[in-house]
Amino acid sequence: MQSSLRIVWIYPDLLSTYGDQGNVLVLEQRARRRGIPVEVVHVRSSDPVPEQGDIYLIGGGEDRPQILGAERLRRDGGLHRAIQRGASLLAVCAGYQIMGSVFGGEEGQPVPGIGLLDISSGRGERRSVGELAAEVDPSLGLPTLTGFENHMGVTRLGPGVTPLSRTLVGTGNGDGTEGCFAGKIIGTYLHGPALARNPALADLLLRWAAGPLPAIDDSWYERLRNERLGAVLKP
Amino acid sequence: MSQLPLRAQLASALGRTAATLSRATGRGDGSVIGGRVGLLLEPDLLRKLAHEKKLALVSATNGKTTTTRLIASALQELGEVATNAFGANMPAGHVSALSSNKAAPYGVLEVDEKYLPEVLGTTEAGVVVLMNLSRDQMDRAAEIWLLAQKWRRALAGKPAHVIANCDDPLVTWGASTAARVTWVAGGQRWHEDSWCCPECGGPLDRAEGIVNADWACRECTFSRPEPDWILDGEDAVDPHGRRWRLDLQLPGTANRSNAVIALATAAAFGLDPQRALPRLREVKSVAGRYTTVERDGRVMKLLLAKNPAGWLEAFDVTRPDRPIVLSVNAQGPDGRDTSWLWDVDYRILTGRHVYVTGERRLDLALRLDVAGVGFTLVDTFGQAVTALPPGDIDVIANYTAFQSIRTEFGRAV
Repeated sequence: MQSSLRIVWIYPDLLSTYGDQGNVLVLEQRARRRGIPVEVVHVRSSDPVPEQGDIYLIGGGEDRPQILGAERLRRDGGLHRAIQRGASLLAVCAGYQIMGSVFGGEEGQPVPGIGLLDISSGRGERRSVGELAAEVDPSLGLPTLTGFENHMGVTRLGPGVTPLSRTLVGTGNGDGTEGCFAGKIIGTYLHGPALARNPALADLLLRWAAGPLPAIDDSWYERLRNERLGAVLKP
Repeated sequence: MSQLPLRAQLASALGRTAATLSRATGRGDGSVIGGRVGLLLEPDLLRKLAHEKKLALVSATNGKTTTTRLIASALQELGEVATNAFGANMPAGHVSALSSNKAAPYGVLEVDEKYLPEVLGTTEAGVVVLMNLSRDQMDRAAEIWLLAQKWRRALAGKPAHVIANCDDPLVTWGASTAARVTWVAGGQRWHEDSWCCPECGGPLDRAEGIVNADWACRECTFSRPEPDWILDGEDAVDPHGRRWRLDLQLPGTANRSNAVIALATAAAFGLDPQRALPRLREVKSVAGRYTTVERDGRVMKLLLAKNPAGWLEAFDVTRPDRPIVLSVNAQGPDGRDTSWLWDVDYRILTGRHVYVTGERRLDLALRLDVAGVGFTLVDTFGQAVTALPPGDIDVIANYTAFQSIRTEFGRAV
């Protein structure tokens, strides 16, 4: 790792419709509280994606910006090179679908993705809108995921990825699983500020980039998690 | 004498009865139930009611209710105006508004952004007013690029005269298929939804500034039209270059912008600013927004903010030396998703005395914690009021949080 942790937010001008900035802010806060210096880079879609980042974030958006985002990422190639270098990536909602081989466009037409994850997505019958809770794959050692989803996507996972979680409440990929991961890439339908409700997931990304982390005061995070999980998981 | 056919008259009368019952039983202001009853009995009622009126439709993400009120106030200079003053902005509310004042020659209707194409098609309104589009309650609202596309289709080939804010690129794109447009440089504080060209997706180059700041696409010919009306500081500048000091009672840049739009709309009805402006200055509060309520020496200024752009406008009219209470809910009308909190830059509140409440106060608490803004968490709005010393207090709340504060402190309008 270089002297400071570089967090790269990809295309906030196209894909940041749902408070996606929250993931940047949460990572930044949790790194700084541990004394890790942070540099945040916002990359507009008219600019090249830098290759030297440690953690890359890409968020959600409408159909048209999603298609534009996929085209520009493919043409640019910077994110591919960063991943080959060993950077980690959190891809949310529309950004998650872009990482696959294909996703559904405005009229449901297939649009090519950028192929960083072995998944393919299409449009489902109806929109999934609401709270989501899911048990994370045990190999990652994370507590229950909580968040909000708002999408029409259905995502099929190929053999090259592992489901991130199994849904308790909500739709996720559409087959009882939610999101996926492969190497240091995580994709999820938990839209917008997913890391605000899942600080352990934020810490996983930070550990991948910066190594072991000391504990910090999580009380506001925990209170929010408990309230949200309590609201959807009836005992 | 009403020109409505008998069936429509009956439908309209029964609707009014239902509205009266709704108010008498304390269930609401009656504007939705009354319209629903009328529409059920006569689906074509809105068309019939709109037929003989000179009508303006007002739509935007933010400022619809206030601008509707300003335009309606101005047009009263010309004659009676039927209007949906309480923000019931879907067809049932429109039926209710128009049938409550059938003799009025003018109508000003606030219209939900999604319903604009339908309501324009039904009413064939002569004037359409479009102010701004930004992210709003994404779990239930339409995506705004798509929304602007639907506006374009609805306006194409219609004779309506559009009054549109050309400082908002998406609104400009949505309005630009209309046969006739009056462009108003009304300003845009929230830029986060307009970094890309709505026409081609290319990057938009934008000049610095909130009002009358030029923009153009780097890759295609789409660019800001020359404005006919301009908001310039405290003044409106009309198409003849005449300058009008606004001197509103409503606070903030957003309301000055709403007022310039209202003046341009009044002019479309043949009403000069000379006569329209004094009417705008009379407006003090709109459906409880900007109103002040008082309890035990605490004087609370109530601001409604429903989405990130609205919060920026609300911060603009708060005072840094006052304590501030923030209340956030996530019921149906608010949007059940609180993600938008992360789009608001709360750091402007740093150093202020901030109280956090509402049903989703923990979402807001974490948001402020991450922003590094100190705050006090309280279970109820009343607790915040009691905890604060007597004096002036700013209050910002989203929709149902705002309504519950109004209910507790009286429905001051």
